[in-house]
Amino acid sequence: MSASMRALSAKIPALQIDISAGYLHYIGSKTATLQGLNMSFPAGQWTCILGRSGCGKTSLLRYLAGLVDQKISWSGELKTTPPQFDLKNNIAYMAQQDLLMPWLSVLDNVTLSAKFGKAAASIQKEAALALLEKVGLLDSADCLPQKLSGGMRQRVALVRTLMQNKPVILMDEPFSAVDAVTRYRLQDLAWELLKDKTVVLITHDPQEAIRLADKIYIMQGKPCSAKSLKVPTSLAPRQFDPECAQLQQSIMAYLEEDDA
Amino acid sequence: MPDISVLDKLSSQTKYKKPVFKPLLRIMISCLIIVGLWQAIVVFFGMPSFILPAPVEVFEKLLQRYDVLLKHTFVTAQEIILGLFLGLFMGLFFALQMLLFKPIKHWLLPILIASQAIPVFALAPVLMLWLGYGIASKIVMAALIIFFPITTCCFDGLRNTPLGYLDLAQTMGATKWQMLRHIQFPASLPTLASGIRVAVVIAPIGAVAGEWVGSSEGLGYLMLQANARMMIDEMFAALFILSLLSVLLYFAVDKLLKKFIPWEV
Repeated sequence: MSASMRALSAKIPALQIDISAGYLHYIGSKTATLQGLNMSFPAGQWTCILGRSGCGKTSLLRYLAGLVDQKISWSGELKTTPPQFDLKNNIAYMAQQDLLMPWLSVLDNVTLSAKFGKAAASIQKEAALALLEKVGLLDSADCLPQKLSGGMRQRVALVRTLMQNKPVILMDEPFSAVDAVTRYRLQDLAWELLKDKTVVLITHDPQEAIRLADKIYIMQGKPCSAKSLKVPTSLAPRQFDPECAQLQQSIMAYLEEDDA
Repeated sequence: MPDISVLDKLSSQTKYKKPVFKPLLRIMISCLIIVGLWQAIVVFFGMPSFILPAPVEVFEKLLQRYDVLLKHTFVTAQEIILGLFLGLFMGLFFALQMLLFKPIKHWLLPILIASQAIPVFALAPVLMLWLGYGIASKIVMAALIIFFPITTCCFDGLRNTPLGYLDLAQTMGATKWQMLRHIQFPASLPTLASGIRVAVVIAPIGAVAGEWVGSSEGLGYLMLQANARMMIDEMFAALFILSLLSVLLYFAVDKLLKKFIPWEV
């Protein structure tokens, strides 16, 4: 591991986030989006959030990322441990689309955050190349993103997220747009690379949640609140066993409940 | 996992068939057909050369008067290119103002649209009065005529940056200026490029119209003079060069844009 790599992966303190009695209301809308929300995202662990489309999962994530501050009113407690952490400057956001800038090479895309920060560009470049090598894209470092396949692009997005070097990673269905095999490999890769981070992953795929989660929430209702589910005792990333199958059954049952 | 890039390559091979004719060859063939038709009309209808000169006569004139034609071509080309730069600069400037300062947009946009209702040709005499008979007034004419497409295209491009890009930059802590410089501006380039393509085609109109109204050099001037002296073949020669100039300019700009905006679809 090179010196620059080490500089990048220098221990940033893991961050735990606790939400209690969270209430989120889009200004101008009749009903609240989230109400009575109690959630906890433990430090250095994966928390997966499942729920029907439009239930407010993405709203929660965008609120945590500081993207909707102008459009919502929020009440409730948002606590970080260690306390008084400015959450907005400590998250990296990964969306369903890879959001690679088509005018930047792969290398420039993964070091995009350096353009907005004060980090030395040379260190960034070395670390970026090392990470690209790790995800098998070193040869494509100088390509434009349009030359890459969907799975490759999502890997680039993953490296870009990692290069931001933030303790909290918010992911909004990042693996949903690729085929099953590619998704499986991406999950493994993400799991390995994001080991020490506090990860919040929104997904529509119960299997994905069961494979990766240290903690699972189901969000449902209108206004929406969250329910915690027990995860299998084995360690993630899990092989699918009877316990997992049972969990998947109950997840499906919960999600269908929302129809009633 | 099978290497997906191989599949990509395969599909790209099947998608784009190689054109049967190269672009240059196609242009030459269509030119030849037009010239052939032209010659046929002259011969068939027995056109006198002061109404429609035969292509051969025009070609002879081109060779015979090439020094004069070249001199005037140089002037007109200068006007067009400087006009393009001025118009581009003005368009970018106004588009940025409208993007950055919302109130300016509300005041400026109606004025911009109203200004397009005034034909630029009607302004030509006024421009001659203010800027003289030299190339300055023609540069401004060309700039004025392309100003609107450039402004609207650039503004549209800047305004329609994919929201995801902006969100991403915001979570990375980008300031308003960094967002503009690194995200919005590059994202607007393909849209701006279509504005520039339109501009390149219509800029010569502004320059030549300016020359018609009042000038002492340029292809427009030459055409008026030739027309007044019934030297129709010379007029056609000037016209031919003007079209050639426009076409060459278009292809040159198109090539440049493709080189600098390789991600453009």
